[in-house]
Amino acid sequence: MHEFSIASAVVDTAVRHAAGRRVTVVSVRCGRLRQVVPASLAFAFEVLARDTLCDGAVLEQEIVPARLACAACAREWEIELPVFRCPTCGTAAVAVVAGEELEVESIEVSQDEEAPCIA
Amino acid sequence: MHRVKVRVVEDALDANNTIARANRDDFDRHGVTVLNVMSAPGAGKTTILERVLRDGLGDLRVGVLEGDVQGSLDADRLAHLHIPVTQLNTGNGFGGECHLDANMVRSALPAIPLEDIDLLIVENVGNLVCPAEFRLGEDARIMVASVAEGDDKPGKYPLMFRSCELVVVNKLDLLGHVDFDMDRFDYHLDAVHPGVARMRVSARTGEGLDELREWLTALPDRAAAPAG
Repeated sequence: MHEFSIASAVVDTAVRHAAGRRVTVVSVRCGRLRQVVPASLAFAFEVLARDTLCDGAVLEQEIVPARLACAACAREWEIELPVFRCPTCGTAAVAVVAGEELEVESIEVSQDEEAPCIA
Repeated sequence: MHRVKVRVVEDALDANNTIARANRDDFDRHGVTVLNVMSAPGAGKTTILERVLRDGLGDLRVGVLEGDVQGSLDADRLAHLHIPVTQLNTGNGFGGECHLDANMVRSALPAIPLEDIDLLIVENVGNLVCPAEFRLGEDARIMVASVAEGDDKPGKYPLMFRSCELVVVNKLDLLGHVDFDMDRFDYHLDAVHPGVARMRVSARTGEGLDELREWLTALPDRAAAPAG
């Protein structure tokens, strides 16, 4: 359900960087720990983009796997389930290496070569 | 017309975090420690606050910011405590945001008597998902989980259970009436947030609330201490 909140932030970020130009593609990176459902995010984005510079834009989503590192035994591994404990030595002193990303990576805009709008 | 790729690389919630930092600066300037209280709807946040704040927290001057989608039922319940309570509604009419964000809190700042309080307790909108994503400018986060919700919730809402530094398990008085196994809850909680501080309370009977009162009373000193 938080996809709508996130999509709203994504649209705002893209519109800000578009600086008045029409957005055709928005690329985002979502870490798995953010519990974002891709289909829900796509739907929310499509709805919230209406009547903005992102109207009709394609949302490209890269899902970043969740990776943890153990401070005690230096093991690094990918998790499929939210279990934050080292499977080798059992310690809870694990750090999240990847999987918490929620970034707008880039946008693609259409630009008029004659008179680029920078408003 | 041609297409241009614009590199952004920005946290999607960057705008919220920037406003949260501005809130934090304002709180710090007034010497106010801020606690964000989150839970599912009906876990007992308001009842806990009613019980805990009724007798005060030592010399601390406490204020409450009540976040709700609609209405002032919770703020009304706290009115008899004679502390500053500010109601913040996330919607008007039908529907509204399912969480507080930094900007909503910012808009409420003029209504909060920051110079008259030491601790501001923000009661977030009841929801186990979205509130975890949005920083408000708080010093600490706690969440309330009630035994009526089931012992498997940490595994289902890891984002929420990982984002707080204290988990308060409420409605202990219902143990025996519901299928809740405390060991199983602890097992699930330790899987997603190993070793996180936890308390077991009953807002109804008062069991365990002294410990929570002590935790809250010491919070401003802990928040002011340098990290590490």
